[in-house]
Amino acid sequence: MSPQLIYPLIGAGLFSLGLYGLIVHSHLLRKILAINIMGSGVFLILVALAKRSGEMPDPVPHAMVITGIVVAVSATALALAMMLKLHTETGRTDLPDDQQT
Amino acid sequence: MLSMLAQIPFDAILILLPLGAGMLSFLWPVIARALGLLTTVAVLMSVIGLGWQIQQSGSHIHLLGGWSAPLGIQLYADGLSLLMLAATAIVGFAVSIYATRYFSRRHDEVRFWPVWLLLLGALNALFLAADIFNLYVTLELLGLAAVALTALTGSRQALVGAMRYLFATLLGSLCYLLGVALLYQTYGTVDIALLGELLESSPGVWAALGLITTGLVLKTALFPFHFWLPPAHASAPAPVSAVLSALVVKASFYILLRLWLTLFNPTDDSINNLLGLLGATAVLWGSIQAFRQTRLKLLIAYSTVAQIGYLFLAFPLAAASGGLAWNAVAYLALSHALAKAAMFLTAGNLIHFDGHDRIADLDRVVQRLPVTAWAFALAGVSIMGLPPSGGFIGKWLLLEAALKQGNWGIVTVLVVGGLLAAAYIFKVLGNTFTEALHHHESSTSVPARMEWTAFGLALGAIILGFTATPVLEIINLGSPFSAREISP
Repeated sequence: MSPQLIYPLIGAGLFSLGLYGLIVHSHLLRKILAINIMGSGVFLILVALAKRSGEMPDPVPHAMVITGIVVAVSATALALAMMLKLHTETGRTDLPDDQQT
Repeated sequence: MLSMLAQIPFDAILILLPLGAGMLSFLWPVIARALGLLTTVAVLMSVIGLGWQIQQSGSHIHLLGGWSAPLGIQLYADGLSLLMLAATAIVGFAVSIYATRYFSRRHDEVRFWPVWLLLLGALNALFLAADIFNLYVTLELLGLAAVALTALTGSRQALVGAMRYLFATLLGSLCYLLGVALLYQTYGTVDIALLGELLESSPGVWAALGLITTGLVLKTALFPFHFWLPPAHASAPAPVSAVLSALVVKASFYILLRLWLTLFNPTDDSINNLLGLLGATAVLWGSIQAFRQTRLKLLIAYSTVAQIGYLFLAFPLAAASGGLAWNAVAYLALSHALAKAAMFLTAGNLIHFDGHDRIADLDRVVQRLPVTAWAFALAGVSIMGLPPSGGFIGKWLLLEAALKQGNWGIVTVLVVGGLLAAAYIFKVLGNTFTEALHHHESSTSVPARMEWTAFGLALGAIILGFTATPVLEIINLGSPFSAREISP
């Protein structure tokens, strides 16, 4: 299998794995990690697709990935801060069911 | 003089001003309130200026730093962007006036202004973006600011609602970004106009279309992806709920509409019909859920779920009637923005006054808060789609498009949805006239400013019922809905 295909496929795999984790796990930290894994999958696809037909790789997707990483870091920071706040408020690390809120 | 006015880059001001003011108000909380108000006034003026420019010279392209696509970042404005910018500026101005008196804890207000100004800047940037990657960045800015505002009070409900909202919005953005990656891989550009010319039907494009649409539909809270909306919108402070329901869900819908118009020109009916079907389900399900709620803010939030459904009813109609259905959607979006913001602000007034929002325990509201009761009633008229109101014009245009095509399913949904809306609005209105079992003599009074801003927004939604012709003219500046001949 050519590298042009392997990396995008791995990226798609990471994306699906993260989506699965986001849905099945209830622990908030696991959910946050799952979102980050999904993000890494997308970034891997972007970087892998930047190299077309053996020439110089296209720099634009790299710039996009850097922007994407900045966004991911800030989103993760916000999510972690809110998780900690929720933990001090409720003593739980998962989201209560709708009926209880 | 006029030629000088034509040179002012209003579009760049619309983005940079709120962002800069947001940072300043974070650094100097003392001036945050004045700065916030001043910024929203300036944004309102800039939108008027931009509108004047577009009216003079047609749709407007601004190359940031003078770099053209595909290297540089472009700002693009036509009638559709102008409409969304105007809705943002008007609702934003009213909400800012409201917020100067709303917060009882100084602590909350200090945190409100910077994030709200950031949100305002993100909204303006989103409506002006001309490429799909910039749209992603603005979507994320918007999402993070919206989540932070939802969690503002730090109460348990607010945190749980905000957390759910955060996961939904991040998941939506990642799906969208993956779609963008696939499009870029195939065509080597992210410029919407360029993509519109290049796009052809291929499995990659369809995968990208699916991912982008899924992501945006999740963020717009279309049924069955609406699960995150009611807890988030109902647990946020009143001015925040107003902005979230009126503007933030419309932003992702705007992107979907924009991409649909330029990129994925609807030739395949099955996707259009699917979106229409989900919209119809949202109208019915959201209205029924709204009627079943016992708390006012949850009722209004479910009403938003229903009203979003109406926007998606246009997709199956647009293939045949094009402009008419899209005009209806734009009109509905604008009048819903005003009416729903007014409703959430009145809910905030009632909570401020009585300390709760249980519908059954509303106590002699009409006698004690007449302006608020009036505001709710006027906003309700527009939400129900009774004449004369903006909601009526929007639904009428939609009905006209459906009747022209003999699409009786959509006609039925429009009629039944209107009746259900009347049911839940009158459920609230009925209780504003009655006395509660337990009399509650409130010691706090609602500041006049908070009552009259809600009333002003509701009145705006009614006035839209008389101004259909000029508003539709503005929407069609630069003809955003003209059918382009692309075969995907």
